[in-house]
Amino acid sequence: MLEIAIQGSKKYWLWIGLLLAVMGVGAIAYVDQFLNGLVITGMSRDVSWGFYIANFTFLVGVAAGGVMVVIPFYLHDYERFHRITILGEFLAVACLIMCLLFIVVDLGQPIRMLNVLLYPTPHSMLFYDMIVLNGYLFLNIVVGWKVLEAERNQIEPVWWTKPLVYISIPFAIGIHTVTAYLYCGLPGRGFWLTAILAPRFLASAFAAGPAFLIILCYIIKKFTKFDPGWEAMQTLAKIVCYAIIANLFFFACEVFVVYYSGIPGHLSHTKYLLFGLHGHNMMVPWMWSALILMGVGAIFLLIPKLRNNHVLLPVTCAMIFFGAWIDKALGMIAGGFVPSPLHHVNEYAPTLQEGIIALGVYGAGFFVLTILYKLATTVKEEVRG
Amino acid sequence: MMIKSRRSFLKVAGIAAIGMGAAPVMNLAASESHGSALPKMEKNEEALHAKRWGMLIDTSKLTDEVVEAIKDACHKSHNVPDFTIEPDAEKYSGVRPVREGQEIKWIWDEHFHNAFPDKEDEFLAEKFHDLPFLVTCNHCKNPPCVQACPTQATFKREDGIVIMDYHRCIGCRFCMAACPYGSRNFNFRDPRPFIEETDPDFPTRTKGVVEKCNLCAERLAKGEQPHCVEASEGAIVVGDLEDPESEIRHLLAEHYTIRRKQSLGTEPSVYYIV
Repeated sequence: MLEIAIQGSKKYWLWIGLLLAVMGVGAIAYVDQFLNGLVITGMSRDVSWGFYIANFTFLVGVAAGGVMVVIPFYLHDYERFHRITILGEFLAVACLIMCLLFIVVDLGQPIRMLNVLLYPTPHSMLFYDMIVLNGYLFLNIVVGWKVLEAERNQIEPVWWTKPLVYISIPFAIGIHTVTAYLYCGLPGRGFWLTAILAPRFLASAFAAGPAFLIILCYIIKKFTKFDPGWEAMQTLAKIVCYAIIANLFFFACEVFVVYYSGIPGHLSHTKYLLFGLHGHNMMVPWMWSALILMGVGAIFLLIPKLRNNHVLLPVTCAMIFFGAWIDKALGMIAGGFVPSPLHHVNEYAPTLQEGIIALGVYGAGFFVLTILYKLATTVKEEVRG
Repeated sequence: MMIKSRRSFLKVAGIAAIGMGAAPVMNLAASESHGSALPKMEKNEEALHAKRWGMLIDTSKLTDEVVEAIKDACHKSHNVPDFTIEPDAEKYSGVRPVREGQEIKWIWDEHFHNAFPDKEDEFLAEKFHDLPFLVTCNHCKNPPCVQACPTQATFKREDGIVIMDYHRCIGCRFCMAACPYGSRNFNFRDPRPFIEETDPDFPTRTKGVVEKCNLCAERLAKGEQPHCVEASEGAIVVGDLEDPESEIRHLLAEHYTIRRKQSLGTEPSVYYIV
């Protein structure tokens, strides 16, 4: 089936070439980081995780969001998702590959990475994160590939893909729950120390993942002969709508608790994000942008006339996707580390080189996504034509 | 071909058999002339032991000079880099400029409201505002950093010291996020160009690993007090918290003491007399 990926139009090869170039530049920037250390990043003693872990956290969510097409199709026999289920699974694969790459580029000693397997440590949440992330990646590759292959050969998928699909559903919830547990189990970090963190992560994931999927459907429709189906996209839009409202509601709950209780160790972080602290307010415009993007996006999706608008829908989805990215990637890291446990305010901004390395990882993810989507759409075209 | 390879196998096997037979004889000969060939592990009789090591800092005895002496003694002997110095250009070429906020410190002074943010008080006595409060790793009884570490590179010894294996650490910095006291440092770069004089008694670290105070485990093993205690002119006492007859326990019985962020349940082993 992989041979499909090496046959394509000029545009296809141009896009592949561009992605390879982005990956190449990112790789060069990474080699420099590998040789000189994380000194090239904007991270510090006080903000010890930065852009890499921020994007990792967000992309775990987009990967988990794929389950929003798997559940309706496999558990509720929702036929309209038949054509896009594979898109959700392959999106998860690409996102998980990016997640793993972001972890690797964040490590101070990447060559010792396998120590996590050599000295398995069940009391560390990273141990479970490794298991669920790799497990979910494996499940999606196997299921996606097998089902697509069966579709190409016009036979029923082999029987054991079904149980794997059912297992993949708790795994999807699991990857984002465990990723939230990385943060919310730490005693000294008031911003993260909240039981609603995992639900909030899931809510924003189920908004960002399907929102991105809708945008991808538009792109697929434009560049291939495969039509994912307007009704499927409409259902996805409703899922995004519910999820983003849940995310905003959870955020409102957080704000209420920290402000009404007024406990400084919890309040100061939210204050920093929304209004700035002791004159440090780098995050303020970002956070308000995120809230406006998500809020207006939710309104656009709530009103049927606006939701059904072919032109507005991708814009709305982009707004929600970008808003969720600011909220979960940038806000989660900045809010957690600022102020520091000793109540010093040291802000963080990524360096250019950090950004280039992150871009390289995104390039790799889109490279995988392009190839997988090329397979999926070509097979679907073949079968129909 | 087949025969040849079998023959060569037999040859090798034969030589190996002779070798195995010879080994005990050689060992015997060696042991007679030079003592046992095997290294022997012996306990250092002078080593200091405790069921649970703890530290007591008498803030009233700390002056700025003493604080400087303590920081200096600790950092110099543990090869902690000093990013304010200019690296030796002959030895190290192409050293990148220092980035603010990426410093490394094992023991340092903070204001009261930073060391004890949950005890902030607008009517706090004036003298508290200027007193230097020494902070370091608390060697918690329930250390969140140990819980977070995915490779057991950070672990708690039986005597309560929370210590690190710098060669196992993968540099994920989960422990830094976990520590509620900001006691952990990351080597964002190779620290060696910034060590003025390397102390050969303690390892230097490589880039990409975390490090922190080890309560001078290497000195306790030799029967010596930690560097900070020696430099403190009596302001710091290190001893066994579980031994009711120890000096630290007597001092704890006599004075009102506080610990940092007690409400978190980490059970810090560093106490402060204020």
